[in-house]
Amino acid sequence: MQNDNLVIGGTALTNRLFVGSGKYSSDDLIPQVIARSGAQVITVAVRRVNLDAKEGCVLDHIPQGTILMPNTSGARNADEAVRIARLARASGCGNWIKIEIIPDSRYLLPDNMETICATEILSKEGFIVLPYMCPDLSAARRMRDAGAAAVMPLGAPIGSNRGLRTKELIRIMIEEIDLPIIVDAGIGRPSEAAEAMEMGAAAVLINTAIAAAGDPALMAEAFSLAVRAGRMAFLSGTGIVRETAEASSPLTGFLGGM
Amino acid sequence: MSFYDTIHDVQPTISTFSAEDIVLAIENDFPSKKNLAALLSSSAEPYLEAMAQKAHEITLRHFGKTIQLFTPLYLANHCVNQCIYCGFNTANKINRGRLTPDEAEREAAAIAATGLRHILLLTGESKKESSVSYIAECIRAIRHHFDSIAVEIYPLDEEEYSLLVEAGADGLTLYQEVYDETLYASYHLSGPKRDYRYRLDAPERACRAGFRSVNVGALLGLGQWRDESYFTALHGSYLQKKYPSTVVGVSLPRMRSHAGNYKVPFPVSDRSLVQILVSLRLFLGNAPITISTRENAELRNNLIGLGITKMSAGVSTGVGGRAVSEKSGGQFDISDERSVDDVSAMLYGKGYQPVFKDWMPI
Repeated sequence: MQNDNLVIGGTALTNRLFVGSGKYSSDDLIPQVIARSGAQVITVAVRRVNLDAKEGCVLDHIPQGTILMPNTSGARNADEAVRIARLARASGCGNWIKIEIIPDSRYLLPDNMETICATEILSKEGFIVLPYMCPDLSAARRMRDAGAAAVMPLGAPIGSNRGLRTKELIRIMIEEIDLPIIVDAGIGRPSEAAEAMEMGAAAVLINTAIAAAGDPALMAEAFSLAVRAGRMAFLSGTGIVRETAEASSPLTGFLGGM
Repeated sequence: MSFYDTIHDVQPTISTFSAEDIVLAIENDFPSKKNLAALLSSSAEPYLEAMAQKAHEITLRHFGKTIQLFTPLYLANHCVNQCIYCGFNTANKINRGRLTPDEAEREAAAIAATGLRHILLLTGESKKESSVSYIAECIRAIRHHFDSIAVEIYPLDEEEYSLLVEAGADGLTLYQEVYDETLYASYHLSGPKRDYRYRLDAPERACRAGFRSVNVGALLGLGQWRDESYFTALHGSYLQKKYPSTVVGVSLPRMRSHAGNYKVPFPVSDRSLVQILVSLRLFLGNAPITISTRENAELRNNLIGLGITKMSAGVSTGVGGRAVSEKSGGQFDISDERSVDDVSAMLYGKGYQPVFKDWMPI
């Protein structure tokens, strides 16, 4: 595990759990979640940042040193995502941007085509772009070619907690795309995060499953351990896992020894 | 194709269902119309707790432990309609008034000082006293105070809705009042509101005009609530499917008394209100659901966690009264007079975060 850093946009990360900042009963939980899990990257919906709030805004609760990854939640097309990204940078939220373009309010599924367009524009403007996407090999290749620093396929629709429903598609992306693949959305349990990491995902992003848990800080630690365990398993290489017992009457036994 | 065609295609099958029908309806993550009818039926009443648990779980997944706050700002109460249940009824002898855009700005500043970033503007129906250009002017006058401006006004043409979107409105609330067309005619005696179909299709015109969020509902108490809630849910679902980029929400306004001492024809009990709320949550999944200050503080507190995602706070239903002198009485009596700070404290006490800002003009 030595020097198993995840490098994104020139920044080396030692923790492969990314967390969200929405849906908490109180923003006071955010520093506890970060401290307990050791997460180094947190995503924040720019549209929810309330700089005028009397009690301070979500940004005040994010510990120094945590990498802020603003997201373009609320954007329905590339143009809106680009405007939100520029606004985030102009208001001091840094250079990272998670592109989230969702023209579907029922299942909250992202629009890959618009996302490719926004990736291209924002990469050229010097952003470190992490596009949220429906897992699709060709779209991921186009995002890579457009300058994405990583791609973030969904495991299942946002907030569904349905687990790694898109596992096969993500597995193909991991094999074929030479960029970090970060599984975002849908993961409901630490075991599912471990499963994503075991198959070679570079990181996972968890929001709902932590924020809506009975004890968010404890759940954040559980996810952090699961992500680490899954990563270790991936690095080690799993042994051969057989679904059936070895045949006692081999079909090629008649060939005799070599 | 309009929802009007659908409403005539589908007869609500609000009758009796077997225990198995109810359990299947609760367990189905993608409920059908038949499941919806089962959830709203009297047969589902013994299963209210199981429905509430599922509604809570769905709401938690989509909205977490948060409730978004907003408040209404009444711009004017002039009205040409004769809706027999409404305090603004043109036949009612009440003080009428409207805020100038400058007065609206001062009222808005007083609201913004409470921390709210989402506002709902309301008028009665009077194209003379509160024209589309007047409403647009008010939106322009107040928009620097807010991140989201919604309107609850009389139905408009698509082009008129576009003018409001251009001015800075992003949300529309429009209740059909009652989906039963015969009852609708009996309540709306005169005025442009008599046109059932024009009102029914208005949310759809708003979606086409570019509103980000559109909110529909029935005024509970005007019709048989099982049917009315069934059509509210189908109306929401129809709009969601046809206009996927619009966030379609529903509200549960329950009739209150008002200046005319109108007797509510189909009273809805608290228990029935809960059945409606959880059924809508199960059927509509991640749709925002709003509860107003028509309900009292205790009930509103208890409804949190059952599917509500938006609440009004610091409410006045009169014209003026915050920063400029009050020009009229309210449209209805509010039952929860708590300030924004009081509602926030209550939410934190229940383990929920009040959200003041969930949108930004893009």
